[in-house]
Amino acid sequence: MAIFKVFRYNPESYEIARFQEYEIPDTESMTVLEGLYYILENIDPTLAFRSSCREGVCGSCAMHINGEYRLACETQVSDMGHNVTIRPLAHMKIIRDLVVDLTPFFDNYEKIKPYLINSGPVPDKEFKQSPKERKRIDHHVDCILCGACYGSCPVLATDSAYLGPHALLKVLRFVDDSRDDAAYERLAYVATDYGIFRCHTIFNCQQVCPKDLDPTGAIGKLKMKAVKGKLLGKLKKTGT
Amino acid sequence: MFYDIVIVGGGLAGLRAAIAAHDAGVESVAVISKIHPVRSHSGAAQGGINAALGNHPEGHDDSPERHAYDTIKGSDFLADQDAVEIMTADAPRIIYELEHWGCPFSRFEDGSIAQRPFGGAGFPRTCYGADRTGLYILHTLYEQVVKRNIEVLYERFVTKLAVRDLHCAGVVVQNLHSGEFEAIGAKTVIFATGGSGRVYSVNTTNSHSSTGLGVAIPYWAGIPLKDMEFIQFHPTGLDGSSILMTEGCRGEGGYLLNNKGERFMKNYVSEKIMELGPRDIVARSMQTEINEGRGFEDRYLQLDLRHLGAEKIMERLPGIRDIAMNFRNVDPIKEPIPVHPAMHYTMGGIDCDKNGQTVIDGFYAAGECACVSVHGSNRLGGNSLLETVVFGARAGKHAAGQVEGMSSTPDEEALNSALKAEKDRFKMLRETDGTENPYDIKNELARIMMDKIGIFRSQTDMESAVDEIKRLRERYEHIRAIPDTGKFNYDFLWVTEIAGNIDTALAIASGAAARTESRGSHFHLEHKKRNDEEWLKHSMYTFKDGAPEISYKSVTVGKYEPEERKY
Repeated sequence: MAIFKVFRYNPESYEIARFQEYEIPDTESMTVLEGLYYILENIDPTLAFRSSCREGVCGSCAMHINGEYRLACETQVSDMGHNVTIRPLAHMKIIRDLVVDLTPFFDNYEKIKPYLINSGPVPDKEFKQSPKERKRIDHHVDCILCGACYGSCPVLATDSAYLGPHALLKVLRFVDDSRDDAAYERLAYVATDYGIFRCHTIFNCQQVCPKDLDPTGAIGKLKMKAVKGKLLGKLKKTGT
Repeated sequence: MFYDIVIVGGGLAGLRAAIAAHDAGVESVAVISKIHPVRSHSGAAQGGINAALGNHPEGHDDSPERHAYDTIKGSDFLADQDAVEIMTADAPRIIYELEHWGCPFSRFEDGSIAQRPFGGAGFPRTCYGADRTGLYILHTLYEQVVKRNIEVLYERFVTKLAVRDLHCAGVVVQNLHSGEFEAIGAKTVIFATGGSGRVYSVNTTNSHSSTGLGVAIPYWAGIPLKDMEFIQFHPTGLDGSSILMTEGCRGEGGYLLNNKGERFMKNYVSEKIMELGPRDIVARSMQTEINEGRGFEDRYLQLDLRHLGAEKIMERLPGIRDIAMNFRNVDPIKEPIPVHPAMHYTMGGIDCDKNGQTVIDGFYAAGECACVSVHGSNRLGGNSLLETVVFGARAGKHAAGQVEGMSSTPDEEALNSALKAEKDRFKMLRETDGTENPYDIKNELARIMMDKIGIFRSQTDMESAVDEIKRLRERYEHIRAIPDTGKFNYDFLWVTEIAGNIDTALAIASGAAARTESRGSHFHLEHKKRNDEEWLKHSMYTFKDGAPEISYKSVTVGKYEPEERKY
């Protein structure tokens, strides 16, 4: 048996936010997501949570589980000692229960021009990229946009203008891509007080990333590249 | 709300259709999805996407013609050959286009896109990005949607089509963010809603979102479905959760072992092919091993990657290793992975032509929910991603070419009547005094499908499945009331999905029971041979009085005459 304590809140009703306890007859290999489905299907159909792939690739079910931001689908109930406390992602408005408003998260992602920019002629076949060049964007390209890093970031707790670890990791993904030729334009956009220099290098995002990516390290690399670009006179007006 | 083109579904087919429509000059395009596009199940595709690029040292003689032949043979000759030829001819162009948009494919030493061998293919032609090809293409396409500023309305749950006089006027959605029902008018609607795996509940590689409702909604609106009886079982679902273990594992050289430690595939296909047979044959071979007592715990076999070495596993199959460790506590570098066949793909779907057009004016389909047909009775690995982008783009472009001549006045009457129907259904579900737990029905349905419409099918089983599903359909009439939670009413969402599950399953089971031959994924225990004389034809399903009315349609055979399928 497992005990789930699940955060419940519906801003539209006049109820106070609370934790609701559910008893679940778990099995050895039950994930936290399966536990939530057990509740929805057998105990309480009013519970709201997002999910889709149940295999750690769609990024729907990032939530705060027993003190850490994790994907519910990748978290075993047994690893949580059969006592599971679940809160929604932080720093975003709660819509209902475990569902938060991801608008600021995706807005920031869109701000950094998250697409390849190549102004040269398009080849008939593929752009050639050596395995070594491709290796530079390994990991960066594995981000599933789950929001665990966003929820864990103490800077975002007080400053929603900060672009956030997910958006800045994406910037490095394009800066480091041999096919992209907008590196200085990208660096100029983030070399600001709401971009890379707002990061206090607290490492929370690195610690919680369910895909073992390193947004903290990525921001560090962007800082070095931006400073170097400025010293070489290649980085012009920042923030635009 | 009124758009020129509304696309339902934000996976590969939907996003590619949106980009095509936009690039053809249509400004008023919206992508509608019940989840955010990057959450789509296309992102879980692992092994790759086929195109005869000839980048592999052993692939220099590959060509779109060879790709077409392999696909047609793989389909057990049920695919429409003209559609297959379009797909394989367009494949190189469309892959280069994805690459130009930034898709991070893995690379060969010469800097070209890396390719690996896949089942049923004469050459290594599956382009890949490690074992996360679907994730990379999905994010690349979403990036292009952002770049083009295409409108995306996510967490809008489509529940009904507004159709009048054989013309589609738009869709009805429940906006999950507000809980309100809304009618969205459109000159053209393109459905790109994905697969139906959850009809088999946990015994599928598919996501919770892949329910079959996207097939059921047009079917309820009078649009025929095609070839629904052909259900692909992927040979390697992870024991327990059925999570996909890519065919790329075997493409990279992985072995399948029984409990005697034998590479048993040598008993089923030639030694040259071994583990890289087409999926229908490998899945049947595996199920035979398990049924005859050569499995482990009467349930699974082993996928052994150990001889590939840590370096290759980490480079080519890192996601597989993560999943095996997270979900089964097995490190493939040190131990074989326990696997069994699991429902993976619906070859059938909404009947449409090579441009995605259906019998209803202004309604298109693309991707897994559609049936063009390019996969016939068995799809080759690496061809599903290809189908989504090729036919997604074709549907978007073709629809864009039609909108100019179409009326810009929304059909308010059709939209309002559909909207009212959905509001009434919601009210009825709120106020019903039934007692059935809808999720018990869903689980019971999955048991029936798994036990009776699985890899090996007997006439008695298939007919009893049809009867049992009909009884579940009656039980659904007596489900307990749903709560009124306002925003994000997931119970309403899943209860609606279950209605789609049931009718999609009924179509699958009825079509299977009717087809008295074995072809591709449909293996009939009392009719073990393919019978071209009587059955070289597509099954068509029309929704009538709560059940499918089945008819048949001819297959387009081109230069490849049906022959015995040997590997």
